[in-house]
Amino acid sequence: MNLSFEPLTAVLVIPAVTAAVLALLPSYWVAARLNVLATFVTLIAAVLLLFDRPPPGGYLFVDDLNNAFIVLTTFVAFTTSVFSASYIAHELEIGRLTPNHLRFYHAMYQTLMFAMNLGLIANNIGLMWVAVELATLTTVLMVGIYRTHEALEAAWKYFILGSVGIALALFGTILVYMAARPVIGEGADAMVWTMLIKNASSFSPELLNVAFVFLLLGYGTKVGLAPLHAWLPDAHAEGPTPISAVLSGLLLNVALYALLRFKMLLAVNPAALASGPLMVTMGLVSVVFAAFMLYRRRDIKRMFAYSSIEHMGIIVFAFGMGGPIANFAGLLHMTMHSLTKSAIFFAVGHIAQAKGTQKIADMGGLTETNPVLGWGLVLGVVAIAGLPPLGIFMSEFLLVSSTFARQPLLGILLVAGLLIGFGALFLRLNSIAFGEPRGASAEAKASYVPMFTHLALVLAAGVYLPPQMVTWFQNVAKLLG
Amino acid sequence: MSTFPLDVAHLLAGGMVLVSFMLLYQLNVFALHAVVLSASVAWQAYVQNAPHLYVPAAIALVLKGIIIPVALHRVVIRLGIHRGIETVVGIGPTLLLGVGLTALSMVVMLKAAETADPLAREDLAFALSILLLGLLMMVTRRNAVSQIVGFMSIENGLILAATAARGMPLVVEISVAFSVLVAFIVIGVFLFRIRERFDSVELQALDEFRGERR
Repeated sequence: MNLSFEPLTAVLVIPAVTAAVLALLPSYWVAARLNVLATFVTLIAAVLLLFDRPPPGGYLFVDDLNNAFIVLTTFVAFTTSVFSASYIAHELEIGRLTPNHLRFYHAMYQTLMFAMNLGLIANNIGLMWVAVELATLTTVLMVGIYRTHEALEAAWKYFILGSVGIALALFGTILVYMAARPVIGEGADAMVWTMLIKNASSFSPELLNVAFVFLLLGYGTKVGLAPLHAWLPDAHAEGPTPISAVLSGLLLNVALYALLRFKMLLAVNPAALASGPLMVTMGLVSVVFAAFMLYRRRDIKRMFAYSSIEHMGIIVFAFGMGGPIANFAGLLHMTMHSLTKSAIFFAVGHIAQAKGTQKIADMGGLTETNPVLGWGLVLGVVAIAGLPPLGIFMSEFLLVSSTFARQPLLGILLVAGLLIGFGALFLRLNSIAFGEPRGASAEAKASYVPMFTHLALVLAAGVYLPPQMVTWFQNVAKLLG
Repeated sequence: MSTFPLDVAHLLAGGMVLVSFMLLYQLNVFALHAVVLSASVAWQAYVQNAPHLYVPAAIALVLKGIIIPVALHRVVIRLGIHRGIETVVGIGPTLLLGVGLTALSMVVMLKAAETADPLAREDLAFALSILLLGLLMMVTRRNAVSQIVGFMSIENGLILAATAARGMPLVVEISVAFSVLVAFIVIGVFLFRIRERFDSVELQALDEFRGERR
C-alpha cells in the first residue's frame, strides 16, 4: 500500500498494525522506538489529509473540522510517545513496571491512537460511538496499570462512570437514528453524518431534543464537564503520566468533537431546542467549580487534572456561545490547551520521578534543584494561566471580549472563574518552583524536547498566527455556525 | 393490521421493566432479565422479518442468561461476599424512585416520539425506563457485583432500544460484541485484581484508599 496515496486509511491502519506488533515484541527498548516511529508516520499521514482529501464515504470522511482535530491529535500523540520513551525507562529502572507491563502498555497506546483517529474520521454516528467506547476501555486498562490501591480505585471509578456515560450516548445515538429514519429511510444511510446534516432540517425536533440531552450527558461525562467529572482527577493522578497527557490533551477533545457534531445537527433544525445555552451553562459551572477546587489540591497531577476540567469548561462555553468569534476562540483554545497541558504533564512526570513523589508538600525550590524542569513548569503554568504573550491569553481574550459584547453578565462570571483559577495556580506554583529546596532531588534523565517544542509553539501562536491557519480556523468556525 | 405483534412486544418489554424492578431488591433475577430480553429481541426479529436480529437474541440468552450469571455466582462464592444487598438508600424509597423514573420516561418518550411507529415508540419508552432503573441501581448499591449487574441491565435496555429502532444498522451486533468485552473485562481484570489487593469487592473499602481524603 502506498502511504502517500491513502492517508485516510493510513491513520487507521498504522496504529492498528503497530498495536498488534507491539503486543508481541518482547524488547521494551525497540518497542518504545517503534511506538515513536509509528506515531510519527501517522502524523505525516494526518498532515497529508490537508492536501489530499478523499470524498466522503459511508464510514469515513474528512472535512475542515475533523482535520483540525486529527492533526492536533496525531501531533500530540507523537510528542507524547517521545516523552513516554524516557518516562518508562525510568519506571522500569525503579521497578514500578515490568517488561511485560510495558508490552501491554505500548500495544494499548497504539490501540488508543487507533480508536481516537477512528472516532475523529468516522462518518457514521454508530461507528463514532464504538470508537469512543474503545478509547475509554483502553485508557481504563492503562490507568490501572500500576495495580496499586489508588490506581485500581481510579480505574474502577473511570470504568463505571465512563461506561454509564457511554451508555447514555448510545441511547442518544439510537434516538438520532429514530429521528432520521422517517426522512432518510431505513438502513445504514440514516446513521451517516453527511446524510444526517443534509436532511436534519426535516427531522422530528422533539426526538432530536431528547437525543441531544442524552448525548450531552453521555459525551459530556467523557469531556469531564462539572457535575459528571468525578472520574477525571483520579484517572489523571493514578495512571502513568504519558497517559495523563494523552487523556487531557486528546481524549477529552475527541469526546468534545462528538458533541460538536450533534450540536451542528441541532443547529440546522429550526424547531429544535437551542443547544447553546445548555453548553454555556455546563461550561460555566465547570470553570467556576474547577477554579475553586484548584485551591485544596495536594497532589500535583490531581491539580492539573482540575485545571483540565476548567479549560474544557472554557472550550465548551465558547462553542456554546457560538458565532464566528467565539467558535474561533474555542478552537484556538482547544489547540493551545492540548499543547500546553501535555507540556505541563511532561514536566510534571519528570518532576515526580526526580522527587519520588506527587505530593506538592514534598516539592520545593525546583528552579534551584532541577532548573530546566523547574523553569519549564513555570513557563507551562504561565501559559495555562493565560498570561500574555502566550497562545492561551489570545484565545481567552477573544472569548472574554466577545462574551462581554453579547452577554456581559456571563462575561463577569467567566472572568471571575478565570481569575480564581489563576490565583490558585500561582499560589501552588510558588511553593513548588521557588523557595527553599524541599524533598529528595535526584537528577532526572529527562527528554526536554517534547516539552519545549509544545511551549515554543504556544508562544509562537501567541505572538503570530500564520494567516493560513487563521483562514483555516475561520472556515471551521463558520462550519460550526 | 392486527395488534397482536404489538401486544406481545409490549408484554415482553413490560416484563423487562418488571424484572428491572425486581433487580432493585434482589440480584438473582439478573439471568431472567436477559432471558426476557432475548425473547423480546427474538420477537422483534420475527415481526420485523429481520433474521439477523436472532443473533443478538441468542447471545443474550447464552451469554447473559447463562454464562455470566454462573460466573458471577462463582465469583461471589469464591470471594465470600455476603449475599445481602447493601444499600445506600432503603429498598422502599428506591422502589418509589423507580416508579417515578418509569413514569417520567413514559411521559418523555411517548410525547417525543409521537411521530414514530407505535411499536418502536413504546419499546423506546420501556427501554428508557430500564436504562434509568439500571442507573438507579448503580447509584444506590455499594458493592461492585451489584454495580456490574446494574450496568448490564443498562446494556440490556440499550439492546432493546436498538432492536426496536427498525432497520438500525451495525449497532446491534456491535453493542452485543461490546457487552461481551465489557463483561470479560469486568469479571476477569477487575474483580480478580481487586480480590488480590483488597480482599474485598466492596467499594467502601476502596474509598478508604483515596489519594486525597476530603
